[in-house]
Amino acid sequence: MRSWYKILSVILILYTLVWGLLGNVPRLDILNETIRNVFYHVPIWFAMLFMMTVSLIYSLKTLGSNSLHHDSKAYDAAWIGFFFSIPGITTGSLWAKYTWGTWWTFQDPKLNGVAISILIYTAYFILRSSVEDEQKKAKISAVYNVFAFVMMNVFIMILPRLTDSLHPGNGGNPAFAKYDMDNGMRMVFYPAVIGWILFSFWLFEIKNRISILKNKLND
Amino acid sequence: MLFTLIKKEFLLEFRQKSTLGGVLVYVIGTIFVSALCFKGHMDKPTWNALFWVITLFTSVTISGKSFLKETGGQALFNYLHYSPQHFIIAKILYNMAFMLILSLVTFFFYAFFIKNEVENISLFLLVLFLASTGLAGILSLMSAIAAKASGNFAMMSILSFPVVMPLILVVIRLSKQAVDGLDWAGVGLDFISILAALNVLTLALAFLLFPYLWRD
Repeated sequence: MRSWYKILSVILILYTLVWGLLGNVPRLDILNETIRNVFYHVPIWFAMLFMMTVSLIYSLKTLGSNSLHHDSKAYDAAWIGFFFSIPGITTGSLWAKYTWGTWWTFQDPKLNGVAISILIYTAYFILRSSVEDEQKKAKISAVYNVFAFVMMNVFIMILPRLTDSLHPGNGGNPAFAKYDMDNGMRMVFYPAVIGWILFSFWLFEIKNRISILKNKLND
Repeated sequence: MLFTLIKKEFLLEFRQKSTLGGVLVYVIGTIFVSALCFKGHMDKPTWNALFWVITLFTSVTISGKSFLKETGGQALFNYLHYSPQHFIIAKILYNMAFMLILSLVTFFFYAFFIKNEVENISLFLLVLFLASTGLAGILSLMSAIAAKASGNFAMMSILSFPVVMPLILVVIRLSKQAVDGLDWAGVGLDFISILAALNVLTLALAFLLFPYLWRD
């Protein structure tokens, strides 16, 4: 049964959507009820990072094999990851409005990192659309994708640790870091992460099937 | 082999004086415009940020054309005669030297027309060196990609500005410490090591990825 993970992702996401709102959460200063965003905002970013990693793997495979099949998968995964950045940013921005009092701030390295990562992947899509020859496109965009992925990780993993971030858990802000997340929250958070990652994989499969069909139509 | 390639780059550059002169005019013109716009009302953070914006644009301009020339017959000749590893190392070394010299020139005219805000010169020079190394690594690879993709300069800026950002942010922060005149004891060693690590990372990536762009 190939569709088990699809059913599982729907069940997990439904469970976390409902239980994330109904369950008990610890009362923390500043965060208060908004801590529930950790069930939605964070797993969506995890799903995005997961898809970007899938894209990286297929780009590396493209470099190794020169196969157009892998290249199209790398593109699809990057596309889905890019798609996930929209709910990721929206949930974050909404949350920031009620905790930091602003929709967007340039004070936070994670926000800057995310904005630049979106730019990086936009550049990746522009690069792809500018090359006509399929083999050439596969090779060039794979090289850029590998480079882009490393730079994105430098941006969202390494740089935020250098300076204080406004994000919970950084720079002394109250957080859902390991000390603040109680067991009740973990019972929702981890299933949410798994659910969204499976869901992103499902979307990736669909996108990939569309790409294959489109290629067949073109041939 | 490597030496011949680097020598070739420099010979080409000095034979076509128009590009070198063009970049110099570009740098001096930008600085002059900034000097007139700000009219001396510039605090230290602005001084620092503007300097790096100018340097970044100059670097993208000079490295952007480093592969644009190598198309058609020239590319075939390179492909037959050189190994991709030698080729990218030569390009990076050449770009690095060129960028370092140009950033020193920029610094000179910037200090001359606006003013010299740097209090810890030796740290600032170290930042210039590390920045040109990192920029050379990233921009050489981006230039190769842009040349393969469409061969126009717009593609070069679209591809390189986002990926250059992490490096530039660390550079600006470290350079701010030099401008503020922190003595060496107070300088964040972790910033220097992060910058050095970023350089190693980008150089390694450029070195490993370039051979895939080599063949068509």
